[in-house]
Amino acid sequence: MIELKGIRKQFGSHIVFDDVDLQLERGEIIVIVGPSGTGKSTLLRCINFLETPDAGQLTVGDLSLDATTATRDQILALRRRTAFVFQNYALFANKTALQNIAEGMIVVDGIAKREAYARAREILGRIGLADKADAYPAALSGGQQQRVGIGRAMAANAEVILFDEPTSSLDPQWVEEVLGLMKQLAAEHQTMIVVTHEMQFAREVADRVVFMDQGGIIEQAPPSELFSHPKDERTQQFLRKILAANKS
Amino acid sequence: MHALDIDYMLGLVPILLSYLPLTLEMAAAGMACALVLACLLAVIRVSRVPGLNAFALLFISFFRGTPLLVQLFLFYYGLPQVLTFLVAINGVTATILGLTLHFSAYMAESIRAAIVGIDRSQTEAALSIGMTRAQLMRRIVLPQATRVATPTLMNYFIDMIKSTSLAFTLGVTELMGATQKEAAGSFLYFEAFLVVAVIYWIVVEALSWVQKWLEQRLNRAYQR
Repeated sequence: MIELKGIRKQFGSHIVFDDVDLQLERGEIIVIVGPSGTGKSTLLRCINFLETPDAGQLTVGDLSLDATTATRDQILALRRRTAFVFQNYALFANKTALQNIAEGMIVVDGIAKREAYARAREILGRIGLADKADAYPAALSGGQQQRVGIGRAMAANAEVILFDEPTSSLDPQWVEEVLGLMKQLAAEHQTMIVVTHEMQFAREVADRVVFMDQGGIIEQAPPSELFSHPKDERTQQFLRKILAANKS
Repeated sequence: MHALDIDYMLGLVPILLSYLPLTLEMAAAGMACALVLACLLAVIRVSRVPGLNAFALLFISFFRGTPLLVQLFLFYYGLPQVLTFLVAINGVTATILGLTLHFSAYMAESIRAAIVGIDRSQTEAALSIGMTRAQLMRRIVLPQATRVATPTLMNYFIDMIKSTSLAFTLGVTELMGATQKEAAGSFLYFEAFLVVAVIYWIVVEALSWVQKWLEQRLNRAYQR
């Protein structure tokens, strides 16, 4: 189970969000939507301390910590229980696809190399890149790189995978293959939190859609409900805009 | 004007070559020590270790800001007067020490620039899978920074090989010192210094080939 309680983040005197609560059960899939610049990515990055929250409690699986008192070891433990998929893939440029996936297992989990590479090969098969094991990131397309990025997250065997706008940097022709892989993970009941502008994906895959605007979470509901009967004025406005943009 | 004494020059080649190993040993030892020190300084600068960072800045400023010859004289002739236990320091050791300190200051800055140049998202990715800062440096950042810094570092190495010639001012008979002695005996200065110039040139040229090969190897991962 994942639980965020009273999370606050501010940059200087600018409060990005305050008192954010969010809970999800194992196997649940949450999609966070909202206008740009409202802290969706920042919230996601607070969950694994890529950004340090200024207040609040975090629980991931059997680990609970308080943002203001978190120790170095707690943060490392938190990061081992979460995995992150980056907008710009962020693959290790000096490592092959196979090594990118195996790296965490070898260095962080201390799994023997042979075993780690065997598991990494199995993951490469699942993400449809078995033939690219020895390719370096520079030789892969954007879509392939992002699938390796997702593969690296899968290898972490985390309680939850956090996706930060995973298709926003992709050329249009690669978007479907990445969304397809994410749907495949969803079908396997991988717990995930996804920040995205892909409303169709949210509609199809999310168990719950969270709408964020200035200052925090405005409302959350299953997609059928949120998309057809948004309660808050701001949600209605946002959906009108984005649906109009998608039609044109 | 007299004609070049070719026979003298040819005879000089094997004599001078017998001093080449010492020159290369000093350069190799200096380079090895300078690399370690430079990496240390660069990591201190990048991670802004309090206290140490100020020391690194001062160190780099001093050793970049003063001539190598002055530093060598300072270590060899000057320092033993202050720190008397250094009286036993010999010219070779003083040269290696001087080369190490001098070149590590330059190399630290190019290694730092290479580290800073590795895009930040890879750092975040490494942290996100639970790596410690040390693991991140060792496994992800430094291997890539090495590739970026290699051309510059090789240039410094070439410069260092040539700078070993200053050791003769500390009374070390290396390649340059030996040439000086031979020339003083024969009065054929032009011939002698021409021979030694060509020897340095060939060594550096050979090293440039190594550099090319090394860069190609290091670039393999980044080819499309």
